[in-house]
Amino acid sequence: MRDGLSELPPIRDPQSGADHAGDGLKYDLQGIGALAVNPLGDRIINAFFREGEEFTDFRAFMRVLARFRPVEEGKSKETGYPEPMNSRLSKLQFAFQLYDQDSDGKISRAEMLQVLRLMVGIQVTDEQLACIADRTIQEADQDGDGAISFEEFATSVEKLNIEQRMSLRMLK
Amino acid sequence: MDYQHVQVPFEITLWIMLASLAKIAFHLYNKLPSVVPESCLLIFVGLIMGGIIYGLNDKSPPVMDSDIFFLYLLPPIVLDAGYFMPSRPFFENIGTILLYAVVGTIWNVFGIGFSLYGICQVKSFHLQDISLLHNLLFGSLIAAVDPVAVLSVFEEIHVNEKLHILVFGESLLNDAVSVVLYKLFRSFCEMSTIKTVDVFAGIGKFFVVGIGGVLVGLLFGMIAAFTTRFTKNIRVIEPLFVFLYSYLSYLTAEMFHLSGIVAIIACAMGMKRYVEANISLKSHTTIKYFLKMWSSVSDTLIFIFLGVSTIGDNHEWSWSYICFTIIFCLIWRALGVLVLTFFVNRLHVNTVTSKDQFIIAYGGLRGAICFSLVFLLPEFPRKKLFIAATTVVILFTVFVQGMTIRPLVDLLDVKRKRESAPTVGEQIHIRFLDHLLAGIEDISGHWGQYYWKDKLEYFNSKYLQKFLLREYDQPKSSIVLLYEKLERKHAIELVEAGQLIHEPSHTSLLVFVDSHRSTVVVKESDSMNPDVLENIQKILSRNLYRIRRTVPAYNRHNLPGESGTAEQAKEILILRHRSLR
Repeated sequence: MRDGLSELPPIRDPQSGADHAGDGLKYDLQGIGALAVNPLGDRIINAFFREGEEFTDFRAFMRVLARFRPVEEGKSKETGYPEPMNSRLSKLQFAFQLYDQDSDGKISRAEMLQVLRLMVGIQVTDEQLACIADRTIQEADQDGDGAISFEEFATSVEKLNIEQRMSLRMLK
Repeated sequence: MDYQHVQVPFEITLWIMLASLAKIAFHLYNKLPSVVPESCLLIFVGLIMGGIIYGLNDKSPPVMDSDIFFLYLLPPIVLDAGYFMPSRPFFENIGTILLYAVVGTIWNVFGIGFSLYGICQVKSFHLQDISLLHNLLFGSLIAAVDPVAVLSVFEEIHVNEKLHILVFGESLLNDAVSVVLYKLFRSFCEMSTIKTVDVFAGIGKFFVVGIGGVLVGLLFGMIAAFTTRFTKNIRVIEPLFVFLYSYLSYLTAEMFHLSGIVAIIACAMGMKRYVEANISLKSHTTIKYFLKMWSSVSDTLIFIFLGVSTIGDNHEWSWSYICFTIIFCLIWRALGVLVLTFFVNRLHVNTVTSKDQFIIAYGGLRGAICFSLVFLLPEFPRKKLFIAATTVVILFTVFVQGMTIRPLVDLLDVKRKRESAPTVGEQIHIRFLDHLLAGIEDISGHWGQYYWKDKLEYFNSKYLQKFLLREYDQPKSSIVLLYEKLERKHAIELVEAGQLIHEPSHTSLLVFVDSHRSTVVVKESDSMNPDVLENIQKILSRNLYRIRRTVPAYNRHNLPGESGTAEQAKEILILRHRSLR
């Protein structure tokens, strides 16, 4: 991780207003206005913090942002080295973790319903939402266990250009 | 019989009739359009017609008058292209497009001009009387990629959207550059001495032509939008305003020696958003069909005339010059694309792959614009050679490149346009990722292209919309009306396409204002029912929260603008508040 941290350009530190020097308060992140009206705002913020903690440090903060570095082309896959943090696999893992809140390695129907409910307006009734969730799981589920595992998730998004969708140019 | 009286309109109508009948004939035989692009067939028909006329009259058939081409045949095609240009991919790739159009064209012009001059120096080719300036002049008219040809070929091969917009955008915008260079070299030909100040004046002129064209277009676009604000009581002539103002912008730009194509594109793209909001649904349909019809007729006529004009005594043949022209056109285009893409890829996350580069280079078709420009050249001894060379290049690019590009696209497995709609799961994941990225951007304080987009949106909602949209005295209700109108339009389009079976309901994203509940009932038992699937798609497309900043995923049916975000934000905040308790 040494590489990633030193290479990242300095950014506006949203934690600069914190009382605890160098430590980030969850409270501060929640104070970002645009994030408050983002449907996934809470989940994104929680991704920066370890379970139950209220503070995060700069390293952990950067660890999350490092996932969004653009993929470097031409870097050969060297087996034996740890998977780079910004590879397609890591990006997918990060996205999967946001779906899978209880970290059991599967997106269950309940978790899918939760995410859908977050993203959809209150006009949609519960039974419609249930149908959509069922359909989503049905499309992705290959081993018929009624939940989406990480491999199934990766397959269902293989047509989407993940490397480019989940990259911020600024972090190059 | 009084033929003289009706001769001119009669002949024009006969030509158009011939063009349309030819089109019907091609599409009757299903397999033909997939192998041979329409443009080739039309040129072929033109060649036959030209041959017949030549045989009958024993003199050259009427050559396409450059004025007719530039004033009557070209504008409808460009207007159609500009009006239906998908603006999001266009503006996302605008840097690349401009780079290809401006720098690429200049590179091609000088490359071809100088290398042809080099060829002319070789004694055995007997070409030494062609001066450097003449070669550069020839280069300037042959280098530009032609939008008409590109459109007709690329429309049939369905490559992925980004590639399509790159080639197409380049072919439209390079008009500014080629116009300037062509006029510059032409005036240099007539001047006895050339001073350096003239060269700089030429460079300055390029900026004037390009930016001036954009300004003229935007001006007329805004006036058009403003006019449609008051057309509530005379819906019937609404489409006419769109056409009139666009055509005026083209003519005005041409009058001031600015780039007409750039002007008409700017006009169409600028006014589209406001005009669509102001005019009735039927007017919108009328505009769409009239534009398609006109551009189709123009397109057909252009290619037929190209064929007709090829036959005749206008040509002087010189194997060496012509062959080398073709070779240099190909080489310089390939080099140009390679070098420029190298720079582009260093700056962008969204890289242009090498397969894409090949198609961009190979798709550099020349067409009728070069042809008309060469006829406009002043009379000088070698003009017929230039005409011959231009004709051969155009025929080569249209026939050889046009016919082989489809098998090449298949062979190279270039990424194609998505034929199928994304699955429900994919839609959800896409939106999920968009929200995620928007949130991460907010946290990191990234100000990218979305920053400027936001600023433009702000300017738009604060000032422009008040001025140009009808019924803006109550902002809230106008947003509701806009939403309802667009959703109605979307639903009607779906019904017309035979996809929707249920009556479209008036659900909108604005929960607190519009209290109609969705009347769509989703059957729980059979999830694989296509009926149910459509309902799901409909629910999702209407109800998924809009993201504040969108990731490049272009969908023709996406509602434009970010209106309604206030209500959406309110809703989300209330939901979160409830869940936190």
